[in-house]
Amino acid sequence: MHIPAGEFFALLGPSGCGKTTTLRLVAGLDEPTSGQILIGGKDITYTKAYQRPVNTVFQSYALFPHMSILENVAFGLKQRKVADPLVKAAEALELVQLSHLAQRRPQQLSGGQQQRVALARALVNRPSLLLLDEPLGALDLKLRREMQVELKAIQMEVGLTFLHVTHDQEEAMDMADIVAVMNKGRIEQMGAPEKLYDRPHTAFVSKFLGQSNLFTGEVVEQNATSVSIDFKGHKLTVPKDRAERHSGRITVGVRPEKATFHESAPAADSNVNLIGPGEIIDIRFTGVSNQYLIEIPNIGNVTVFAQNVGKSPVVELGAKVWVSFKVEHTFGLSDNPDNSGSED
Amino acid sequence: MAFAAFGHGGGGQQSSPTKSNAKVAFFLLLPGLAYLGLFFLTPLISLVITSLEAPDPTGDIGVYQYGFEVGNYWYAIQTFWPHIARSFAYAFIATIAALVISYPLAYFIGVRLRTRPLLQGLLLTLVIAPFFISFLLRTFAWRQIFSSDGVVVQFMHATGLLAQNQYIAGTDFMVIFGLTYNFIPFMTLPLFTTLERLDIRLLEASSDLYASPAITFRKVTLPITMPGIISGTLLTFIPIAGDFVNASPEFLGGPKTAMIGNVVQSSFLETQDYPTASALSVMLMTVILILVSVYVKKSGTEDLL
Repeated sequence: MHIPAGEFFALLGPSGCGKTTTLRLVAGLDEPTSGQILIGGKDITYTKAYQRPVNTVFQSYALFPHMSILENVAFGLKQRKVADPLVKAAEALELVQLSHLAQRRPQQLSGGQQQRVALARALVNRPSLLLLDEPLGALDLKLRREMQVELKAIQMEVGLTFLHVTHDQEEAMDMADIVAVMNKGRIEQMGAPEKLYDRPHTAFVSKFLGQSNLFTGEVVEQNATSVSIDFKGHKLTVPKDRAERHSGRITVGVRPEKATFHESAPAADSNVNLIGPGEIIDIRFTGVSNQYLIEIPNIGNVTVFAQNVGKSPVVELGAKVWVSFKVEHTFGLSDNPDNSGSED
Repeated sequence: MAFAAFGHGGGGQQSSPTKSNAKVAFFLLLPGLAYLGLFFLTPLISLVITSLEAPDPTGDIGVYQYGFEVGNYWYAIQTFWPHIARSFAYAFIATIAALVISYPLAYFIGVRLRTRPLLQGLLLTLVIAPFFISFLLRTFAWRQIFSSDGVVVQFMHATGLLAQNQYIAGTDFMVIFGLTYNFIPFMTLPLFTTLERLDIRLLEASSDLYASPAITFRKVTLPITMPGIISGTLLTFIPIAGDFVNASPEFLGGPKTAMIGNVVQSSFLETQDYPTASALSVMLMTVILILVSVYVKKSGTEDLL
């Protein structure tokens, strides 16, 4: 794994996948049994935590309760004998808009304020790498969104490299320049959020980052530009450059918002994949869109999102529909999901 | 009319809960207040009155009459100031020794053994295990161990660690050793309860912010565990200053190790000089009270560090 300097890098994964352990290894709080950690080309694998040019914003914030906010922020500067630590600390507090609370104690602050103090305490040292360990996890949704915007703005302003660990896929996609999706201690896929979302490589990524409808079948046909599989009697085609594998039993998928349904069977089109008919068994209203769950006999469930631009819902529960999605929106995975059904 | 009556009734009900609450609180406090009055305040007043008594005109030993003899205090200070000074010196050294020994022990049990609760419980039991045996017996045992014809002293004489004409029993060292030993659990337990709650993540944060382990200890661990250090030192210093067992020649002490407690004991029981013994007790109490309040105030504002 390589993190380019100056980037906002997110490590995304479910709890227990090893992302916090990775962070602690980089911070020097745990020791790796094998492997190497380099910062700017320098091996720091066996450097003590207090000698690494790395600072962490802890999930619990870990502010020192016996010091004022200003002293907390100045702590790292004082240890490194930087000149005018209190002046620099005050500037950092200004950056996170907490100058008026400089003399308070951490326990007198709200969660969001403590989070910003923790951020200022780490940022003020201008580390080569700033580690963020789910720093927004303890905040409520509204505050979290605000902090995300603020955090991203600060990162742009100071231009440091951020390594952000989170299990919130929206947060990762929203803030990061590069996202690495981690599962069971391994990185499954890494790249820009849009790319990851558009072209997931594994079943895990396709389901962890957003939702997906997946279909597994044998490859029955392939030409220069596309591959087709037989999925329980339906022919599903995926462009070759959007598929990881081109032969054998493979899985293809589509994002629910890129699929549409029709109340009558549409005409066959080589640029469109079609499955159905099925029955709408659940409609969930989420505001901007409706989520339709369609049960297709012998195939399973397919999810379709439709924007609520006109009448809502577009069709009634129990309606008979066909589902179609464009070949160019289809992606092919490198692995097959454990259960080759197609529920989201 | 009916509404007025309701209103009045409502008003009465509103004020009654606080009134009856106050009454209930008073009755609940009564046993405690009675206990304090009977067992704390009465003896204290009696002690102060006794300390101001004058000798009986008949000159009988142990007979005194009520008076306002402030000279008793002056006499006590003049005669026994070395004992007063010695008591506080012993208490100071023994408290520091207990702190230096207990802190690493409590840190080990409370922080390092967090992941192994069984071992933690076992070691805590071992810390208080000496309490299962009588305080006097244990102190006697130490005298046996360090007795002049005992194995330890003989070995030290033979190897030259101790000059032939020197012994351990009856020395300042022996008394301070005994005091430290006997009061160490009172230091370890409060330290343990504070260290047990020490947030390890704060130490990690400190290390992340470029502080070496030594600086982390001084800047983070020590200030955060200050409450435990304060209660531990108070729980050892106060009883040690008034102790009379360890320093007594019958146990670990010698002719030159007597503390205030020993003087009070002999004044009361041997020379029957009740006013002097009481004056010494009142003084001991006052000095401890002043020292403790200064100490707590200073440590509260972190001036001790």
